[in-house]
Amino acid sequence: MKPAPFGYADPTSVDEALDVLTSEGEGAKVLAGGQSLLPLLSMRLAAPSTLVDINRVPGLDQISAGPDGVRVGALVRHAQLLASSEAAGVQPLLGRATANVAHPAIRNRGTTVGSIAHADPSGEMTAVLALTDGSVTVATPEGRETIGWGDFFLGPLETSVHGPAVVLDAFFPALPERSGTAFAEIARRKGDYAVCGAGVVVTLDADRRVSSARAAYLSVGLVPEVHDLTDAVVGQPVDTADWTAAGELARGLVDPDGDLHASADYRRLLVATLTARTLADAGAEAARRTA
Amino acid sequence: MTTKFFGEPVRRREDARLIIGQGRYLDDIGSGAYAAAFVRSPYAHARVLDIDVSAAMDVEGLLAIYTYEDLTGPLAEPLPVLIPHPQLTAPRTGYPLVKDVAQHVGEPIVMVVATDRYIAEDAAGLIEVSYEELPVVVGVDAAEAAEHTVHDDVPDNIAARHHQETGDVEAALAASAHTLSFTQYFERSASMPMEGKGVHARWDDADSSLRVYSSTQASTSVRAAIAAKLELSMEKVEVIAPDVGGGFGVKIVHPWPEELLVPMAARRLGHEVKWTEDRREHFISSAHERQQRQEITVGYDDDGRITALDVLVWHDNGAYTPYGIIVPINTATQLCGPYDIPVYRARVNSVYTNTVIVTPYRGAGRPQGTFAMERTMDRIAQALGIDRALVRERNLIQPDQFPYDWGLTFQDGRPLIYDSGDYPAMMAKLKVLVDWDGFAERRAAAEARGKLLGIGMAPYVEGTGPGPYEGAHVQVLGSGKVLVSTGLTSQGQGHETVFAQLAAAELGVPMEDVVVTTGDTRRFGYAVGTFASRAAVVSGNAVALAARGVKEKALRIAAEVLEADPADLEIDEGLVQVKGTPGASIPLRTVAVLSNPLRYAFDEAARQATQFSGPGDDSKPPVAVGDAPGLEHTDYYSPLRSTFASGAHAVVVEIDPATWEIQIEQYAVVHDCGTIINPMIVEGQVHGGVAQGVGGALYERMAYDRDGQLTNASFMDFLMPYASEVPDVDIDHQSTPSPLNELGIKGAGEAGVIPGSAAIASAIEDAVGRRIAAMPISPTELYDLVRSDAERVTNSSPHDSGAMA
Repeated sequence: MKPAPFGYADPTSVDEALDVLTSEGEGAKVLAGGQSLLPLLSMRLAAPSTLVDINRVPGLDQISAGPDGVRVGALVRHAQLLASSEAAGVQPLLGRATANVAHPAIRNRGTTVGSIAHADPSGEMTAVLALTDGSVTVATPEGRETIGWGDFFLGPLETSVHGPAVVLDAFFPALPERSGTAFAEIARRKGDYAVCGAGVVVTLDADRRVSSARAAYLSVGLVPEVHDLTDAVVGQPVDTADWTAAGELARGLVDPDGDLHASADYRRLLVATLTARTLADAGAEAARRTA
Repeated sequence: MTTKFFGEPVRRREDARLIIGQGRYLDDIGSGAYAAAFVRSPYAHARVLDIDVSAAMDVEGLLAIYTYEDLTGPLAEPLPVLIPHPQLTAPRTGYPLVKDVAQHVGEPIVMVVATDRYIAEDAAGLIEVSYEELPVVVGVDAAEAAEHTVHDDVPDNIAARHHQETGDVEAALAASAHTLSFTQYFERSASMPMEGKGVHARWDDADSSLRVYSSTQASTSVRAAIAAKLELSMEKVEVIAPDVGGGFGVKIVHPWPEELLVPMAARRLGHEVKWTEDRREHFISSAHERQQRQEITVGYDDDGRITALDVLVWHDNGAYTPYGIIVPINTATQLCGPYDIPVYRARVNSVYTNTVIVTPYRGAGRPQGTFAMERTMDRIAQALGIDRALVRERNLIQPDQFPYDWGLTFQDGRPLIYDSGDYPAMMAKLKVLVDWDGFAERRAAAEARGKLLGIGMAPYVEGTGPGPYEGAHVQVLGSGKVLVSTGLTSQGQGHETVFAQLAAAELGVPMEDVVVTTGDTRRFGYAVGTFASRAAVVSGNAVALAARGVKEKALRIAAEVLEADPADLEIDEGLVQVKGTPGASIPLRTVAVLSNPLRYAFDEAARQATQFSGPGDDSKPPVAVGDAPGLEHTDYYSPLRSTFASGAHAVVVEIDPATWEIQIEQYAVVHDCGTIINPMIVEGQVHGGVAQGVGGALYERMAYDRDGQLTNASFMDFLMPYASEVPDVDIDHQSTPSPLNELGIKGAGEAGVIPGSAAIASAIEDAVGRRIAAMPISPTELYDLVRSDAERVTNSSPHDSGAMA
């Protein structure tokens, strides 16, 4: 369990990083927190020719929260985002989801943007980016480009970014007014990859009736999935909304695979249960915010 | 024996060192050593056709590549069958490196030595081995079917047919009022110590001697094995177990191929060589345990008293049988637990599969046996509509039945005779601890919250402390320091603490003066090893005997100085004194100085012992005939037979019917290991055992696919429970001292793990009302079970079945 030989570069600017990535070609990999990449190296499942360590690039460790949303820099650690009350104030899903990311030691080192760039469909932040209709900013030698989540995630561990590129930040739009969120997951052991997870946003109209209910799921598909469940509950008063019906609707919309830890059927059951539970919580929060 | 040390919850002396990173584990040794890596079989069953090393030869830093062709003499012979047995009729072992056919994924084929591990792995990755794939046998069912064979010359795949019985079980079953027959399965798990195996070897060319460090549970025997296989004389080999980061059984197996190959390479290269096992290697090339299929028939009367029990077990022993049939014997002989079963027959067929070898893992066959027995008790209770606790109580061996001779032969080859215990009192304590009789209210309260609550219990009896022997050396130095050494090794159990407690108590010295060394053949050459819950029983008694020998000599020498009768002397706080006469005393350290008459004085203390230091008796030699210089003593304890500890666990589980997650609400343990040296350490052992029991019941399994690939060979997918999954444990102790040894000790190391799966299965079954016939069980499997046509089960509560029929 020792990595194959690799080169190492520690650029101090984005441009320098892009230069190295350009000169090294396809074999170069960006290293941020390393929580996914380094185990792959140690097990020799990945053997990049060069690691381009961006940890010394200044300015990438910032969280900026504004009325439109929260921008999370490429070197922001999960723990930093989890602790950010400003971020949570603008988009509560950030803190709620991040609390489910692995264990403290991993959260201290791993980065939010790194886990998005890794594009693991069992990642919490990939689901949150999708649910909030977020985007990433990518730097390439040609310039900077914003890519919406739907165009970014192509498959498990696969994004639309090819060639020399550094994902600079992720942008999570703010929670709309009269809305509430919730996030929950079920893992075999606390902190493990979720067997199934769900993040939801419920939005009410001025009469405290459900106008929108959307959910994103972890570990149920090849890429993050967002499902609109509004039809099951639209127009229902929030206090008596039939969240179970929304859960059943979701159960029919997902098409998960089975693996060692959960059959496809079991994942569908969890989708139904987690959907109903999180929608109820999100609905209650939305009601509080629709005073 | 009562002193202030014995029985006290003395804090573990080894913890500070181990917790702050100052432990000295195998990989901490030999920073300048060459590193070894292995090419291991990627196939479960394949003939090696060709090994092409040419691409690896150009790797800079490569030092050596060894294949089977490079092995000579005894090294080229199969590895030993460590524990032969007449019923092990087809024993098979591998070679240090595959000779011809690899029998499981992970078997070592090529050894690579390089200047560091990175380079060794680079070179290993460039070695091309061509294989002819052979049909694969995975699991006991496939082994029994024998459509394919693991070893060509074992056509039925059966390594051993172990058979023991106490009477005519078929006649007894025929005469029984009721009978039940059923089949159930138990899955594989593994010891999984945090530190894997590892070996460091240093060859001294001028001295023609070898020093080996190994992360082992049996350094003396590793030494003997290395000497034999490398054709070295014993005195030229020393083996040391440094701090060992857990063993749990897997490190009692020896010699592992690497324990021979690393010393071989060190000798050939004339340089230190080290191999540190990585986690994937540990998964696929060390040892697992526990898979069995159990076919059980029980006869019982109208009250639920068992009249006959017949068990046929198909036991998966993996690809080879280096450790004999110890695990099958344990299952066969420990299955009946605390119950008085008039006629019993056990047949265990131990079968080959193309998987990692099966050798003892904490519990060693007993968790499976307890699962068989306790699930039988639950079925009888359900069939008769009697409370599950009551059925168990009606079958218990009573206190007046000890010694209870089963008429069976235990794993140490000695008669299976329970020495002592009080099982009814133990069960009574357990019912109070878990509030068995008040459970209906708890269940109703959980139901109101939408949760399913279930309760289960499982007692067990564990044979501990088998021989043949252990020894100890105790020596008092002129500084007052007391050295205690055992050949028996430590893997974190707390031997440094309890052996010091025993020596300090016997000798009358402060514990801080005592220094314990374990598992170093330079200090003590004779030992058996740390396994079978035997260290406290066997080494503990040996330490006490050795310390007593030192005390006798100290009192004899002090009596001369103090002009007193040795019988009037005592040692307290390191001072030898005349009882009841203050001032008439001599420090033990001075006695140690005097015990060794000297010609040369090299310090102030030594001056007191020189030839001219005082008036001697010119009529006697300085050292009396039959005596020896020095204040030291070596002694051994060899038990007549094993002593039998016992315990009972009860579990309350809460199940969420919306997710089928299984939460342990309460875990209660009553534990009896005879006289307790240190209750804190015993409780720690119970906690650790429970953690492994919970792991085996709810989380862990070895997920072999049909091709014999272990699909979860990492800590990401092999789910050892974290602290967050392990319940708090409510413990109540009971003590029925063993009459077999002077200290009254029974073993405690394995106890906590034994009844976990049995008790948890019972509780889950109770909660969901469906038959559990296989363990472990996960939420996804439970969801499948409740939607299946599995038998519906109803347990009676204590209140509706309490009356004796």
